[in-house]
Amino acid sequence: MSRFLIPAAIFLALAGVLYVGVVHSPNKSTMQSALLGKPVPDFNLPVLGKPGMTLTKAQLDGRPWVLNVWGTWCVACREEHATLLEIGRQNALPLVGLSWKDEDEAALDWLSQLGNPYSVVAVDHDGRTAIDFGVYGAPETFFIDAGGRVQYRHVGPMTPEVWEREFLSRVPRGGLP
Amino acid sequence: MHWRASVLALLSALLLGVAIPSAAFDIESMPTPEMQRRYDGLTHELRCMQCQNQSIADSPVGLAEDLRRDVREQIIAGKTDAQIRDSMVARYGNIILFRPPFTPSTAWVWVLPFLLLLVGVLIAVRIVRHRTTLVANDDSVIEPEDVTR
Repeated sequence: MSRFLIPAAIFLALAGVLYVGVVHSPNKSTMQSALLGKPVPDFNLPVLGKPGMTLTKAQLDGRPWVLNVWGTWCVACREEHATLLEIGRQNALPLVGLSWKDEDEAALDWLSQLGNPYSVVAVDHDGRTAIDFGVYGAPETFFIDAGGRVQYRHVGPMTPEVWEREFLSRVPRGGLP
Repeated sequence: MHWRASVLALLSALLLGVAIPSAAFDIESMPTPEMQRRYDGLTHELRCMQCQNQSIADSPVGLAEDLRRDVREQIIAGKTDAQIRDSMVARYGNIILFRPPFTPSTAWVWVLPFLLLLVGVLIAVRIVRHRTTLVANDDSVIEPEDVTR
């Protein structure tokens, strides 16, 4: 009897291990940010359409804000744009854009044609700031709390449901100061 | 004997075919051979986050290019391999390393193969012991055809 029991037990154990591996294999769209709970990386970037102006982390400290990484070369960014416009109209949180490895001309055209949901857009030409944020594919959207810490990262197009559930829910009660 | 030679040739052709693309994107060269060696090593052990089964050395996508630049700059800035790996993990998480670190959640990855090997050895020992006793008790006459076979 044990002749069959032992191999069967080993088989089941191995099948279990592989099953867990398959079920928990990191899905590209649900991968957690390594920055959760950590301070936002330092940056000092030019502001899109405002020559001579720069945006730094320090300017945004003290209140929650949202960073949306996008590019005109990114198809899914076009997909989420209507949702971003709606979010911009709500005006519940400052929406900061990060123009990732893009031409300024193209980015400005995009905003004038499709509408501009952003409070301000920082320009990351060479992608260094995006790497510091652990970005691996646009669009990505980060929630940063008043203490300047990353609390959530959404990969893929923003939807009204995700916005409601993961972003608005993180705004402290009583609204913004 | 000819088929052996052709199988060997086929195998080496396949191996070469697999090996060539891995060098295709490493156009950047480092200032010293020592730095080049470290650059090659590090870029081959960091995962391209956009195409997860390739290393950043093997991937042509823009992000892999940016990460190779990051590795290159950190080496030139005098960072150690461990510091560079840590900075990658701090930004992208453990998944960026092809070789997972030994932590409580990954311990089984490292321990399981050795456990299974041990189990295999124990089973083999059991079988061999069992067979030895069989032979000791076997007093049947050996027929000539058993020997020739």
